[in-house]
Amino acid sequence: MSARTTVSAVLSLVAALTITGCGQRYDPQAEAAAEQVPQASCVDTSGDTVKVGLLNSLSGTMAVSETTVNRSLNMAIDEINADGGVLGKQIEPVTEDGASEPTIFAERAGKLIRQDCVAATFGGWTSASRKAMLPVFEAQNSLLFYPVQYEGLEASPNIFYSGATTNQQIIPALDWMREQGHKKIFLVGSDYVFPRTANRIINAYAQAHDMEIVGEEYVPMGSTEFSTIVNKAMASDADAVFNTLNGDSNVAFFRQYNAVGLDPETMPVMSVSIAEEEVPGIGVDNIQGQYVAWDYYQTIQTPTNDQFVANFKDRYGQNQVTSDPMEAAYTSVYLWKAMVEEAGSFDVAAVQEAVDTGEITYDAPEGEVTVDGETQHISKTPRIGQIRDDGLIDTVWEAPEPVVPDPFLETYPWADSITGA
Amino acid sequence: MTTTVSPQQTTTTPPTTGSAELPSVAEGAGVWTTGPRGALLGLGIGAVLLLVIAPLTLGGFGLDLLGRYLCVAMVAVGIGLAWGRGGMLTMGQGVYFGLGAYIMAMHMTLADTTLEGETIPTFMRQNGVEQLPELWGIVQHPVVAVAAVILVPTGVAGLLGWAIFSRRVKGAYFAILSQALAAAFAVLIIGQPVLTNGSNGLSNFHSLFGWDLSDQANRTVLFLVVAAVLLVMLAVTWQLYRSRFGELLVAVRDQEERVRFLGYDPALIKTVAYMIAALFAAIGGALFVPVVGIISPADIGVVPSIAFLIGVAIGGRSTWLGPVLGSIAVSFAGTQLASAFPSFWVYLQGLLFILVIGFLPGGLASVLGLVRRRRSQGANDDGGQAAGSTTAPVSSEQEATR
Repeated sequence: MSARTTVSAVLSLVAALTITGCGQRYDPQAEAAAEQVPQASCVDTSGDTVKVGLLNSLSGTMAVSETTVNRSLNMAIDEINADGGVLGKQIEPVTEDGASEPTIFAERAGKLIRQDCVAATFGGWTSASRKAMLPVFEAQNSLLFYPVQYEGLEASPNIFYSGATTNQQIIPALDWMREQGHKKIFLVGSDYVFPRTANRIINAYAQAHDMEIVGEEYVPMGSTEFSTIVNKAMASDADAVFNTLNGDSNVAFFRQYNAVGLDPETMPVMSVSIAEEEVPGIGVDNIQGQYVAWDYYQTIQTPTNDQFVANFKDRYGQNQVTSDPMEAAYTSVYLWKAMVEEAGSFDVAAVQEAVDTGEITYDAPEGEVTVDGETQHISKTPRIGQIRDDGLIDTVWEAPEPVVPDPFLETYPWADSITGA
Repeated sequence: MTTTVSPQQTTTTPPTTGSAELPSVAEGAGVWTTGPRGALLGLGIGAVLLLVIAPLTLGGFGLDLLGRYLCVAMVAVGIGLAWGRGGMLTMGQGVYFGLGAYIMAMHMTLADTTLEGETIPTFMRQNGVEQLPELWGIVQHPVVAVAAVILVPTGVAGLLGWAIFSRRVKGAYFAILSQALAAAFAVLIIGQPVLTNGSNGLSNFHSLFGWDLSDQANRTVLFLVVAAVLLVMLAVTWQLYRSRFGELLVAVRDQEERVRFLGYDPALIKTVAYMIAALFAAIGGALFVPVVGIISPADIGVVPSIAFLIGVAIGGRSTWLGPVLGSIAVSFAGTQLASAFPSFWVYLQGLLFILVIGFLPGGLASVLGLVRRRRSQGANDDGGQAAGSTTAPVSSEQEATR
């Protein structure tokens, strides 16, 4: 019978291949040793251009947020090109769409590195997209610049984190709330990794600092039903709410929050995922006077920021706003330029070596930032902001100096239970 | 493919004249579904292309991409069986794909953890877990993991299928039910971050059964295994379609009541087909993990479950090779077009799906069938009522009336 012959032919072929396959067994020790040897890369720096990858979601649920990041990346590249490029070479961006799906992010990262031979890649937004790309960048030994605040507990030699880690956003926000006398905190968040990790940190912090967590509620991503949660918050007698909701859920949450008569005076809300970009979508009326925690606001008064905001508006329209992730992305391109120039080469190992000196700094719109050679995160100045009636955000508190990144919270003894140390 | 109608084909064509809304078996009979010679030829060409030419011509990246397409195509083969032949519009194959993938991913994560000298995976440690959950402990052994990939999804599909089909739930109700299942499954996975790493999914695998996944030689072998598994699935479906079971399945699709009156149990037939479809999806999922290197809830929910259907519908759901070719073509077009026109591809995909379902229920395979029919009709007109008029015109007429 033909099918049977085919099956047996195919099976024997597979068996033959599996037996003769001369592949290596996996050995973590050998792997660690092999990492010293720079892997052959196909990056071509012989011409007068150098390719970099821009990997953002241009379609799907994250497109609204990530398109703005893509814009500021393009702006930074054009500015650098107009200024003579990097090591005398013009930057040639190759744009790929991550389509808001981790698997697509991993696949396109592979394409950028292996097919387009980019010297570095900028992009990613959700933690899921970063986690998906991490093994690709490590296996291919290429560099990723990730521009969004995240839940920490990660450090890869192949990833530069230009957004805040938890000790540059969540912990300063808690410090500030404690200073304001908020002792009882109600937690509300979307059901995914960032809110869950953030809330574990908040719980541990509260325990160590004589604060009380009076409620912890999660809703599925995109959920718009908050009447129960809002009523629970009201009944909990909390001093403040810590909000890690993402996206559309915020619209419904704040609307229902206000509807039951809660406001920034009676029970302020501290949000960590709402920036200038998200305010119009939520509605300024719904969120005016509430608090947020970031490292950058459009209203920051620095010469670099004035220039950054003006250029962005000239380029994309006067009604455009700039936000923390956009600024972090813009900054990451300049940091890469600084690293390459310090190294004198686009080579990954040379760049990593240059970073290890701890002397890569850039006068960013948010103020001076320094790349931490050990964790590949950057030192940033945490700021608490209050949302104005025009949708922009005023700084109501800022750290006296940039805070050194501590993604694994090693300098916070109360956090041992979280990091598994 | 042969253009003449062989005797086998006429005998394997069941009398399905009663069906008006669904393309019958014979629709694709001469085009993508063939006799033993054609099937051997088709599998042979596939084997040469996938097992010889692809590894020799494609680089590591291209091979990885093609490997992903083939894993998705395995799901499509199963859908072709359940939907095309069995009439069960299953909009929740992500569940079985996900089950296979997560079992494999759990095993691989655990194997890496052990090789690295740890007791529990990093993400669990960061979630405050100190002891390995029992659910994970089960799949530690590779043989158990492979057995689980095969048995768990098939068992789930068997229980669910029997519960659904013995209650005579079908048509749109079944479609909605299966889709709700996919939605619920994704929510379940996201809601268990301690067990599944939530929305981040499982990724960062270094080894498969001890073999180093960063070694290109191993990756090539992995691709060959994937291609071979797909070819075996195609051989199995070809055999199934010709078997008594295949004919009964089509009969159930077209006239479930009549089959019941003849003394067969349609629920049993449908459940078995549903289980095979689930098994193919699970194997596709299990191979997807080492090839792509990640599995997350975004790969198994409602949207991917529907995306699995698109290639099947476009290729021709009731044909033998239509689903697999359609699926690979859609995956390929997705990669090519999505880079150039991000949002456009999503709309085009939707539009194609609507057009095919609305105007071309037999998929692209039926267009080829139509062309072939025209040609054979033309030949008959030229030849008048000559020698061949007793066989060929009858079969083409039969096809035209369906």
